[in-house]
Order: sequence, then C-alpha cells, then structure tokens
Amino acid sequence: MGRITLDKVTKSFGDVNVIPPLDLTINDGEFVVFVGPSGCGKSTLLRLIAGLEDVTSGQIRIDGEDATDMPPAKRGLAMVFQSYALYPHMSVRKNIAFPMKMAGVPQDEQKRRIEAAAKSLNLTDYLDRRPGQLSGGQRQRVAIGRAIVREPSAFLFDEPLSNLDAALRVNMRLEISELHNALKTTMIYVTHDQVEAMTMADKIVVLRAGNIEQVGSPLELYHTPQNEFVAGFIGSPKMNLIRGAEADKHGVATIGIRPEHLAASTESGLWQGTVGVAEHLGSDTFLHVHDHGLGSEPLTVRVDGEMPVRHGDRIFLTPDESKLHRFDMQGLRA
Amino acid sequence: MARKVTTRRKAVVTVLAWLVGLAIFFPILWIVILSFKSEGDAIKTPFEVIFSSWTFESYATVQERSNYFRHFLNSVVISLGSTVIGLVIAIPAAWAMAFVPGRRTKDVLMWMLSTKMLPPVGVLVPIYLIFRNLGLLDTRLGLVIVLTLINLPIIVWMLYTYFKEIPGEILEAARMDGASLKNELIHVLTPMAVPGIASTLLLNIILAWNEAFWTLNLTAAKAAPLTAFIASYSSPEGLFYAKLSAASTMAIAPILIMGWFSQKQLVRGLTFGAVK
Repeated sequence: MGRITLDKVTKSFGDVNVIPPLDLTINDGEFVVFVGPSGCGKSTLLRLIAGLEDVTSGQIRIDGEDATDMPPAKRGLAMVFQSYALYPHMSVRKNIAFPMKMAGVPQDEQKRRIEAAAKSLNLTDYLDRRPGQLSGGQRQRVAIGRAIVREPSAFLFDEPLSNLDAALRVNMRLEISELHNALKTTMIYVTHDQVEAMTMADKIVVLRAGNIEQVGSPLELYHTPQNEFVAGFIGSPKMNLIRGAEADKHGVATIGIRPEHLAASTESGLWQGTVGVAEHLGSDTFLHVHDHGLGSEPLTVRVDGEMPVRHGDRIFLTPDESKLHRFDMQGLRA
Repeated sequence: MARKVTTRRKAVVTVLAWLVGLAIFFPILWIVILSFKSEGDAIKTPFEVIFSSWTFESYATVQERSNYFRHFLNSVVISLGSTVIGLVIAIPAAWAMAFVPGRRTKDVLMWMLSTKMLPPVGVLVPIYLIFRNLGLLDTRLGLVIVLTLINLPIIVWMLYTYFKEIPGEILEAARMDGASLKNELIHVLTPMAVPGIASTLLLNIILAWNEAFWTLNLTAAKAAPLTAFIASYSSPEGLFYAKLSAASTMAIAPILIMGWFSQKQLVRGLTFGAVK
C-alpha cells in the first residue's frame, strides 16, 4: 500500500516561504510526476514526503497514518537520488543489502532478494564491484536495486536521470516505467523534463513557485491546460502563445496553438510569414516562422514528414480552430 | 595545463628543496650524531665532533640511570588514550557541525579554535590546583584528560573539514534506507571518512607524544612520559650533551618511525580538500 496525502503542507526556510499551503493526494500504485522549472519547490516537496525536511505546518499521511513527525527511516519509503548516493566503500552487493541489514532481514532472504534485484536490473556480473568501477547507468541501477529490495510502500525519485547521457536516459526511462508496471508500487518522480513527465506519468503535478498549477493525466494537461503556464510548459516544442489583435478576434487576452496544430502551406493560408530556421528531422520538420505580424515571438510549426522549405521562404499557416486554447487576462483558461 | 620547465630551473628548485629539507632535518640528525659520542667529544667544534670516535657509552648510562621503558609506556598510554577519547567525542561533534549546522556553528568552531590561542601558562595555576584537589597530579588519567582537552579543538576541526567533503546525500540515503543515527555514523560516515580519521589519529598521537608543557608540569615520577625523561637530562649541574642527545633520540625514535611509515597518509590528510 502506498497512499500519500498532503494536507495544507507548508515549508519555509527562514523567512522564505517555499511551499505555500498545499493539498495533494497520491493514490496507491500511481506513478506521479512532479514537474516544473528549477526552483519551483518540486524537490523540496519530495524531501518533505521523504522526511528529509521537516514541514513548517500541515500534515503528511502515509496510508492513513500521520507521518508528519516520523523520521525518514520509519516511513517505509525508498528514495533514488540524482547523484545516486551509493555507499562508495561498499560493494554493489553490500549497497543493495544495506537497507535489509538495517531492517534485520534474515541472511538467506537478503541473498534471495539481492539476486532477484540484480537479475532484473542486469547487475549480476557486477555484484562484487565497488560503485566507483561502474558506469553512470549501472550506478543508477544499483540505486534502484537498493530501493527495490526494501519493498517500500512508495518509491521517490529525485531527478534520477539528469546525470545520464541522452541515449541512456531514454533507456532508463523505459526501465523505470517497466519497473512500475511490474511492481505496481506508488512512485513519485521529480523532474524538470516535461518529456519524462509526459512519457512516464499516470498523473502529472505541475508546480510553479511552490504552487500546484495543475494536476492531471499527461493528455489532460496536453489537451486542456488550465492556464498559460501549464500550456507553455507541457508539450514539445512549446505551444505558440499569441496576444493582441488576433487574440481579440476570439474575445480573449491570449490564444494558444500547438506547433502540431498549425497547417503549413507554400500556397495559401490564414497567416503568412517567412521561414527563419527549418529543422529537418526526417520524421518531422520544425519551422520557426518570423514576420507573421502576430507578435514578436517566432511561431513554431511542426509538419509531419518532410517539407522542402528553406530559410527565407514564404509560408502560409492555418490554425486548427478546434485545437485553439483561449486564456483570459489572468492567464486562466477561458 | 602543461607548463614548460627547463632542466636548469628544475635543478635549482631541487637543490633549494633539499637545502630546506636538510635545514629542517639537521637538528635531529645532529642529536643522533651527538648521542653516539662521548661526553668529552660532544662539546667540541662540529668538525671535531664528526671525526671523533663513535660509542654507545651514553645509551648505556641513560639506560642505567633511568627506566626508559616506563616512560615509553606512559607516553604510549597518554598519547593513545587522549587521541582515542578525543576521537570518540569529536566524531559526533564534527558530524553535527558538518551535516546539521545551526546558526552558531561557525562561531562555535571559531571559539573552539580560539582556545588554542590562549597561552597555556595562563591556566596552569588553576588547573594545577584542580588536579591537586582531585588527586590527578602525576597520574596517567590526569594527563589523558588534559591532553584530550587541549587537542580536542584540533581533532574536531580536522574531522569537520573531512566530513564537509562527504556528500550529504549519501547520509540522507542511509537515513532513507532505515539507518538510525548510530548506524549512519558507524556504517556510512566513519568508513567513508577513514582516511581523514586516520590522519587525524596520527597527527594527534604525534602532538600528544611531543606535548611537553603539561606533561612536565603535572607529573613528577610515576606518570612522567618521555618528554619528562628528556628534561631530566638537562640538569642544573651542567649540560650533558651526549646523554641528553641519547635520551632525546630514544624518545623521538618511536614517533619518528611511526611518522616515517605513515607519511603518505599524513600528507594526504593534511592537504585533504586543499587539492582535488
């Protein structure tokens, strides 16, 4: 079981209020991702749940039990750190065994769990090495192994992939998702990378300055962002936000259109502009369009497959009206 | 960042380094040489000293006149005792200052260091009187206590700087893994800080071994360590250079040998954090 409830939780460091009163429920077995720009309080929030930081006020409940003043060791949660935080003086085997040793798990049971974890994480051949002799990806697997063997009620991941190179990151992302499918244990995952959030989460919590901007499934956030911040943060490339006369036509302060919802043509369309940079990826083409008369920011367009346009070419764009997002003066969804 | 170093430049630096090294080492070398000379030869000019005959006479006399082994044992007990007790107190203290610093941690550290700036003679009378009243004069226990106290700031400071280098996340990981504070200190922090703790240990043994002010003033015969043993040879009836040198050589030999074997560890420890 791993149902975690935050009830009016706040956190201040001295006079600086990092988390204003915040309520959140994480259901058993859910994969929840906290996402937001750096300094938004997502790591602090995770550390509050872990017990590594004390809440200033409010209550944290784990499976209905008040855990607000419990030390981290007693909360039954496992954490994977960005820096892996392996014990450098212990072999991989001892690293993985450490939480079980602390919990007084019998030797033969320890051995069984270590072997099972090592097998599922491809670490069997490395059990007698020290962390210093492993690559970044292997170290991260050891850290995950150390978390698994505890059989925690929830896993906490603090930006676990940001020290890995891009290719490895994609692999580890899949491995963590598969792990979640296999274990069905609650996972809370902190990242600043919205692609990780979109691909892994059951539920995304978008944070800004300690406030929850929106909670929802990846596609809910994609299709119905509640405000301009979420609209701009979720989705890659970013949503185009247009203010001024064009937005007035729709009776709102700002309209937003995602790059994939703009149809590009060399012949005709609603808006026109000049191609600045054209990025040809083969599977898609990204066009950055200038001089469109809709504002100073270039418009980004995603075209399926190849489109033979180059820098300086004239281009016509037509937004898909049904996919238009409208926001009011306060930036809220209208 | 390769820098061109000419052979001549290298030679000059090497010669200079050797000269400095010799200047530092020379007094010790001279003591050792004098200890193998007769009392009469020892007071001659340096040139004559070197070419006079060698003898074990002084060692024989020193051995006859005083019990070297008892002083040696006192030195061992006092230096090891004060260092071990110091470490037991300082490891948790340094842990607290390095990983859960409070608003006044820096001030406390500075205050601890400032106690080292007080001339010890300033507190000699009160400590002497306290020791007399507690019956600690001329006891090993008394010396262990006083040396623990005077070296504690150094131990705490050294450990604090080592601990600062250990990433806090690893200790947090231990906490998440269910380690109690005791287990965190024993299974994670201490093994990771072994190089630092070892050099702190070595340095403190050396400091305690060489400490002369308190050992001379607070002991008479029973608990007197090797420092008092040396001092007993600078008598008012006149200087006995050869015997004094023989006693000194015997007193510094154990620590010199220990220092020689652990020099790598010591250098690494003392420059820890300075070069990375």
